[in-house]
Amino acid sequence: MAQDFDLIVIGSGPGGYVAAIRASQLGLKTAIVERENLGGICLNWGCIPTKALLKSGEVFEKLSHLGDYGVSAGNASFDFKAIVDRSRKVAKQLNSGVGFLMKKHKIEVIEGTAKLEKGASAPKVVIDLKAGGSRTVQAKNVILAVGARARHIPAIGLEGDGERVWTYRDAMNAPFFPKSLVVIGSGAIGIEFASFYRALGSEVTVVEALERILPVEDAEVSAAAQKAFEKRGLKFRVAAKVTKLDKSKTGVTLSLEAGGKAEQLQAEAAIVAVGITANLENIGVEALGLDLDRGHVKTGKHGQTNVPGLYAIGDCAGPPWLAHKASHEGVHVVEHIAGQKDAGVNAPIPGCTYSQPQVASVGLTEAAAKAEGREVKVGRFPFRVNGKAIASGETEGFVKTVFDAKTGALIGAHMIGAEVTEMIQGFAVAMTLETTEEDLMNTVFPHPTMSEAMHEAVLDAYGKVLHI
Amino acid sequence: MTDILMPALSPTMEEGALAKWHVKPGDTIEAGQVIAEIETDKATMEVEAVDEGVVEAILVPEGAQGVKVNTPIARLKGEGAPAAKPARQGASAAPAAAPKAEAPKAEAPKLAAAPAPLAAKADGQRVFASPLARRLAQQAGLDLKAVQGSGPRGRIVKRDVEAAASGKAPAARGAPAAAEPRQVLSLEQMGIKPGSYDLIPLDGMRRTVAKRLTESFRDVPHFPLTIDVEIDRLLEARTRINAMLEKQGVKVSVNDIVIKAAAHALKAVPEANASYTPDGIAMHHNADISMAVAIDGGLITPIIFKAETKSLSQIAKETKDLAERARSRKLKPEEFQGGTFSVSNLGMFGIKHFASIINEPQGCIMSVGAGEQRPVVKNGQLAVATVMSVTLTCDHRVVDGAVGARFLQVFKALLDDPVTMLA
Repeated sequence: MAQDFDLIVIGSGPGGYVAAIRASQLGLKTAIVERENLGGICLNWGCIPTKALLKSGEVFEKLSHLGDYGVSAGNASFDFKAIVDRSRKVAKQLNSGVGFLMKKHKIEVIEGTAKLEKGASAPKVVIDLKAGGSRTVQAKNVILAVGARARHIPAIGLEGDGERVWTYRDAMNAPFFPKSLVVIGSGAIGIEFASFYRALGSEVTVVEALERILPVEDAEVSAAAQKAFEKRGLKFRVAAKVTKLDKSKTGVTLSLEAGGKAEQLQAEAAIVAVGITANLENIGVEALGLDLDRGHVKTGKHGQTNVPGLYAIGDCAGPPWLAHKASHEGVHVVEHIAGQKDAGVNAPIPGCTYSQPQVASVGLTEAAAKAEGREVKVGRFPFRVNGKAIASGETEGFVKTVFDAKTGALIGAHMIGAEVTEMIQGFAVAMTLETTEEDLMNTVFPHPTMSEAMHEAVLDAYGKVLHI
Repeated sequence: MTDILMPALSPTMEEGALAKWHVKPGDTIEAGQVIAEIETDKATMEVEAVDEGVVEAILVPEGAQGVKVNTPIARLKGEGAPAAKPARQGASAAPAAAPKAEAPKAEAPKLAAAPAPLAAKADGQRVFASPLARRLAQQAGLDLKAVQGSGPRGRIVKRDVEAAASGKAPAARGAPAAAEPRQVLSLEQMGIKPGSYDLIPLDGMRRTVAKRLTESFRDVPHFPLTIDVEIDRLLEARTRINAMLEKQGVKVSVNDIVIKAAAHALKAVPEANASYTPDGIAMHHNADISMAVAIDGGLITPIIFKAETKSLSQIAKETKDLAERARSRKLKPEEFQGGTFSVSNLGMFGIKHFASIINEPQGCIMSVGAGEQRPVVKNGQLAVATVMSVTLTCDHRVVDGAVGARFLQVFKALLDDPVTMLA
């Protein structure tokens, strides 16, 4: 059967568009299908615009500490609409950037909603075109990169309405600035919005069902984060079960149970951040007999699904739900399709939360490492004794390292503090290259930098810490 | 200064012969310039310089055999480095430097220098391994030289050492060969007098054929299945096709049709297009057909990739081109590595039928005999038909008897009535 393309990518988020670029570089004739905005959630409604908002929040928060630096300025204020507009402008700029990249790599962009049908060697892609009409294309291989969206639990009222109950999408394009806010869920998304609105002065309460906030992070980091956030005026309810979210014209009432007691919280708005749902409706899952695993596409080592010629990457293919994981999978799958030998090691995937202070980690938490039955060596180093941190007035937080005691392999690194999201890649590189404590100790870290705390945390794990 | 190392021209290459030097000491070379020709078991390939510089010394002379991958073969003068200081390169390089010192003439060191540094380097060869892999190997008491790397550029990583330590990996680099040398008596011990024969040295290709096929025949549980195919209609179709293609100067052979039919049959019976691996059965997406081509001193198997997607004329063009370039040893590694199924044809020599040895990791190899007129019985009557016997050797770990038989049935039906390949 005649093939229109070598590869069709469905979804142009950070998984899909990166896969398409790599495919084009490898000489594959490639098309990408997008139903909404090039760049997907990440750079239109996710990673990027939230970073713009958080920067505004951070700058505003700094103003209230100007005196610490011997600087003063007039009364600080902000224009919420201008902050949101800036964030939208940033998203727009990157969205056009992806368009440019597609053109540069001669990737055909098909605007519309795709559906898969049984095909010969790979599924056929039927696209309901935005411009009207439909188009059927056939390729040797198809990559599903359709992403995910906020999870709703309508039974207890956890369902965004864009007015009083917001998903991440509403929260970054909010209709008004809420003087009070409840955030349901304390993962990265919940914490970032809580941090942003709190920085601008909102009364924010975060509700978490599990025992601690940022539950995927190391327990010590979670505890330090809660303390740091509380210092900024954030309130928390952990181990709290949400029983109902009611809304009225003027606000919301959140009913919850914590420690055996029922409680009600009132606020002007609520943000629902209780996980994600893969966008797999109406894509042809049943028609193809596509195997799923807990709502996500089941994939093999190279992203292959049980349907010949069909691969899946990114959020729709399971956790962790991170843009860089999607991009990494996209490149890997395309190189596999192009017949390149897989020489990569199992690269660990770092995770970052851009709150004030920031949180970043890679690899196993101390508890997870122990649960695997490993004997560990743990090192810690606080920023409060790091020269650069003191000079910058950013002494909050610490670096923690987890080594396998038997082999000396670095198996986890956890950080909280200023700009730690920019530092975690140092440990990610180290882990990907399979370094041991010895190489890390021998590495020279520039002085004065916050990164010296990384070095010290390595030294500390082996009883060689210098500055404490 | 910079050493130019013996390159690995293919993933399986362990050593090669330095067939020809295109540069001599004192020459200025640029990145990308062809500096030497290397002969491997499969092909002769040109080596391009990666760095620019001035050739200071040729460390391995032209004609040297068995040069291990990563052995320094030449040295470039580094920028600003003292020109006449090759001797201080550490113990392993000393033998190479010595003749240079006593023979300042550019060409002189070539011959004297070669053998000694080869032996020395082979042992002191740098092993690329991650720090964690090194430590794990040390803890397990493993010699990293005996571990095959699977990381970027063949770097040894954690998983390789773990696999080697648990005995799962095909611990490479000659380790198993050294472990169990097969006892072979010399010809003399077996009563053949010295001088009564000529000894042709084993070249790379012969060694590879000997090694790989011995391993395959010994270690792969294989069995043959033979079927007779009537090809009168096929020959008729071929005549018509070739009449049509004459203008284009393309001529389709019976073997081309066999390749196409085999590819179609593999798509119909995908279980036959498979490879055994310790992790599971690899079901190949495409029918990449390796065709055995006899060449001077051995054989090579260039590949018709995705043969199921190609027209007969395209296959005919490719087989002709590949066979020609195979004979002149001009194939690139990627053109003869990675097929999923092999076809070997000895029909032109009048061989009636034969059973080839599995070409690992492929699950099957097809041996095609001569098409010849034979008496056949049709509807109880004796008749004459052109019949070709085809034998499929199967790796029983992947392809069971019934699967192989089903494949042959489909294959036979396609050849019986070639029009069906258009379906």
